[in-house]
Amino acid sequence: MKRLMSGNAALGEAAILSGCTCYFGYPITPQNELTEYMAKRMPESGGIFIQAESEIAAINMVLGASVAGARAMTSSSSPGISLKQEGISYLAADELPAVIVNMVRGGPGMGNISPAQSDYMQATRGGGHGDYKTIVLAPSSVQELADIVPIAFDLADLYRNPVIILGDGMLGQMMEPVEFDHIKKIKDYPKDYILTGAENRPSRMVRSLLFDTKEEEEHNWKLFRKFQRIENNEIRYETYLIEDAEIAVIAYGIAARIAKGAIKRLRQENIKAGLLRPITLWPFPHKQIRELAKTINDFFVFEMSTGQMVEDVKLSLEGRGHISFYGRPGGVIPTPVEIARIISRHYYQSQKARKP
Amino acid sequence: MKKIYTRPSALKDAHFHYCPGCGHGIINRLIAEVIDEMGLRGKAICVAPAGCGMLVYNYFDIDTIESAHGRGAAVATGIKRVLPENLVFSYQGDGDLAAIGTAEGFHAANRGELITVIFVNNGVYGMTGGQMAPTTLKEQITTTTPSGRNPVNAGYPVKVCEVFSVLEGTSYLERVSVNSPSAIKKTKKAIIKAFQHQLNRTGFSLVEILSPCPTNWKMSPIEAFKWIDEVMTKQFPLGVIKEVK
Repeated sequence: MKRLMSGNAALGEAAILSGCTCYFGYPITPQNELTEYMAKRMPESGGIFIQAESEIAAINMVLGASVAGARAMTSSSSPGISLKQEGISYLAADELPAVIVNMVRGGPGMGNISPAQSDYMQATRGGGHGDYKTIVLAPSSVQELADIVPIAFDLADLYRNPVIILGDGMLGQMMEPVEFDHIKKIKDYPKDYILTGAENRPSRMVRSLLFDTKEEEEHNWKLFRKFQRIENNEIRYETYLIEDAEIAVIAYGIAARIAKGAIKRLRQENIKAGLLRPITLWPFPHKQIRELAKTINDFFVFEMSTGQMVEDVKLSLEGRGHISFYGRPGGVIPTPVEIARIISRHYYQSQKARKP
Repeated sequence: MKKIYTRPSALKDAHFHYCPGCGHGIINRLIAEVIDEMGLRGKAICVAPAGCGMLVYNYFDIDTIESAHGRGAAVATGIKRVLPENLVFSYQGDGDLAAIGTAEGFHAANRGELITVIFVNNGVYGMTGGQMAPTTLKEQITTTTPSGRNPVNAGYPVKVCEVFSVLEGTSYLERVSVNSPSAIKKTKKAIIKAFQHQLNRTGFSLVEILSPCPTNWKMSPIEAFKWIDEVMTKQFPLGVIKEVK
């Protein structure tokens, strides 16, 4: 049955259905609906909810709950996510699963409370100190937000690594019909690393301090090999009207939704535009974008930032094709009409340039 | 022959890395003895800090996790909420608990988290080489207070037990020391008391242990032991600061 819910609330419900039993949060707009939803639903479902004293405390409670064997989640928005980076680095170092939600708002600094995509670099490059990565999932609708939550928890458990759900203020707050019927009972993951008390077994130690440089180096390579496995196995993306496209639009999250609207309009004008939407921002669909360059020369990257993912697109193409970028930072949400106009102008200009 | 002294089973057969005259070794052993005597080895989970106490996980033969600097009480909160039947304690120094981790410790105490904090107060940042701690005494010389701690610039020594005592969530707070055999016995009793408060679900418990750091105090171990009695306890009076029956 479909229910009309905000993205934040839908995410909360999906988390509970995915077996999340611990939520620790701290208020910040535009993700408060999630914290409030969990405050009500967690006790109803027998789970644990704490409004922490800070984002730092919340992520460390997640770390504690995770090492005790629970599925744990925290959420915040950009400035709060900066504070959580310390804990995320420790989670990655300790190889502990966790799901962290970032409903991105305008930045830097206090910024504003409007939707933005300006935390792409922070999310996809680890974010905190040290050599590590987090899996980053970027849904573009409330239904997809709900669908991606069980995947996020499974990936976190499978790879024992923090997973970021990167939304934005719009995705978190807008209401859409959503259903949860397909969320299955969680799989069992072997948890031979968790702390439960050393009853009838040798004691366990979870730590990231490795004074011995050889040990630390080996730990780094071990993590690196895990990240390679993730890169090989976990890339997710969606394409839209890409088969016959002459121009490939690359956009993610809510920006991709806007881009889809623009592409529909462009198709009516007989401009053959198509979309590739990365769903995992890390690992990034480099290979898939490079493949497109076999038939497409024109790449158009649209982000609600001054240009962050565009760097990954450049890395994907390795000098092939022509890339243009359009960005609207600061919490501005452009309309599909605006994006269609920009792409159309760009299309005719490049057509003209190509004519002898 | 009757065995009167042995290594507790909650301690691994390992050499302590602590400096000569340091209090950590005594405190580690006391905790292990208490865990043994209370039969808690299979239930205990320790959250280790950043600082000299960090390596307790090399010594305790119980489940341990190392927390980021100051976050011990938050990590312990997460563990204890998931495993309410376990004994969960954090082992924290003065910089860890009373400076960088003030918020985490204070709010865990205020929520009445059923955890125990073993708070080792030696008045300096030991591992980093003897800088001023929040508990450094007035006029005490450290590497970052070379002319002595001047409260005008550097503030006053923080009395953690007294600060926490006004929080309704706390149920047992005691300040002890480890500079004499009788003091060590009292400390062991305090740890037992604190663990009992946790197991009885009375509230948040904390044992503050005045502990010698001869290396960074630039004293001999004997001078350091004397200094605790003659100087440190004037600022940090020993005794039960709060006990909810």
